[in-house]
Amino acid sequence: MNREEYLIEIRDLCFSYANGRKVFNSLNFSLKSGDRIGLTGPNGAGKTTLLHLIMGLLKPNSGEIKIFGKVRKEEKDFTEVRQRIGLLFQDSDDQLFCPTIEEDVAFGPLNLGKSLEEARAIVRETCEKLGLKGFEKRITHRLSSGEKRLVALATVVAMNPECLLLDEPSTGLDEMSTERFLKYLKEYSDTYIIISQDHGFLKDVADKIYRLKDSKIEMWGELKKTKKIVI
Amino acid sequence: MHLEEFAEGNSFFHRLDPRVKFITIMPYIFVIAIMQGTKGPLLALIISLLIVAFTRISVKKLIGRLIVVNTFIFILWIFLPFSYPGDAVFHIGPLEATHEGFLYVLSITLKANAIVLATIAILGTSEVFSLAHALVHLKVPDKLVHLFFFFYRYISVLHEEYERLENAMAIRAFKAKTNMHTYRTYAYLVGMLIIRSYDRSQRIYKAMLCRGFKGKFRVMSHFELKRGDVVFGLLMTLITSVMGLLFIL
Repeated sequence: MNREEYLIEIRDLCFSYANGRKVFNSLNFSLKSGDRIGLTGPNGAGKTTLLHLIMGLLKPNSGEIKIFGKVRKEEKDFTEVRQRIGLLFQDSDDQLFCPTIEEDVAFGPLNLGKSLEEARAIVRETCEKLGLKGFEKRITHRLSSGEKRLVALATVVAMNPECLLLDEPSTGLDEMSTERFLKYLKEYSDTYIIISQDHGFLKDVADKIYRLKDSKIEMWGELKKTKKIVI
Repeated sequence: MHLEEFAEGNSFFHRLDPRVKFITIMPYIFVIAIMQGTKGPLLALIISLLIVAFTRISVKKLIGRLIVVNTFIFILWIFLPFSYPGDAVFHIGPLEATHEGFLYVLSITLKANAIVLATIAILGTSEVFSLAHALVHLKVPDKLVHLFFFFYRYISVLHEEYERLENAMAIRAFKAKTNMHTYRTYAYLVGMLIIRSYDRSQRIYKAMLCRGFKGKFRVMSHFELKRGDVVFGLLMTLITSVMGLLFIL
């Protein structure tokens, strides 16, 4: 395999929090285009930390993070990463801060330099794909938690990322919202890392399931690539 | 927690351009605040009451808000008449309540109520986010608008967090009493809220960074000045000017 094909390549990564808690000691991990990876593991194993390291929100103590073929070290190296990889936070209230859904979804595209007209078109298209048509003018903090999660996903995918990092997206979702979430992933997204403790959910969305434990990532199970797509 | 209970409705004031609201209410409040005596403030109170009548907001909720304001003012009624020099009305022991003192505190009461009523009727009938938008359009510094808006956006999240903590205390049979245990518990609660708010602010900032935030919000919707807005703006400015001329100059 040509190494250039990796979207994300992590070598010998060590990371401890400022309070001294050691999370990773020489972690290796890689992701290619087209990988649908489920990530599970005990609480505090560092699943969220790993996603935040990839986005440059946390900086490693040592080791190498290579994304899109380039080593990323400084804050400015991650500007491009944040434009091309989308992270969905565990708590949607952290992600949604604009008054209306239209503005929240448009926030990313506008930061990418899109015009107001282009941003509006993106909002319309994204809301439609996620079954949120007609939500544009609604007030973000008055949504139900399921709706909030879908809108949070909309704000991330509106930036048209090449890869999604999803932090426990299925927690607290009812059946209908889960279904819409799954439908979107299956139809529109082909590369992602998805953290979840729900193995049933992971089996539905991931081709491979990894387990993060004691600073190691191990294969938990490989699922058949020809799995039936149920929508 | 409902902060926008007066914003629901469909009166003339609910549809008024929030930019016009800010431009007209600021001088109005300013003029009321620097008035002397009781005649001017009384007129202002009547005008504010008229404006309230036009908004058709719930009187019951309005009285609830006024009680809060007037609780503070009540304290002034206890202290001010005795500490203001002038002609004595009556004595309590060595303390002397003065005529001037009563007039002064009456003036404050009228002014405060006139300002609160006008603010609720004019600003309270707009949703907070459209007020924030209006501030952006009026070239208020970005940082102040962000502060105002984020405060509003997250106060209810914080309040939910507070309720969860309070429930957590209640299910373990906590009862507030006058003792060290109660004080300590409440101190923990407040401390916990501060830590959680700080953590949340960090997470929000990270989420914004992930979406390419560079310190600027772009405004998507724009206001359009209608005839009603202009008429109200002119009328309100006229009222404010007349009040200023009559009672200040």
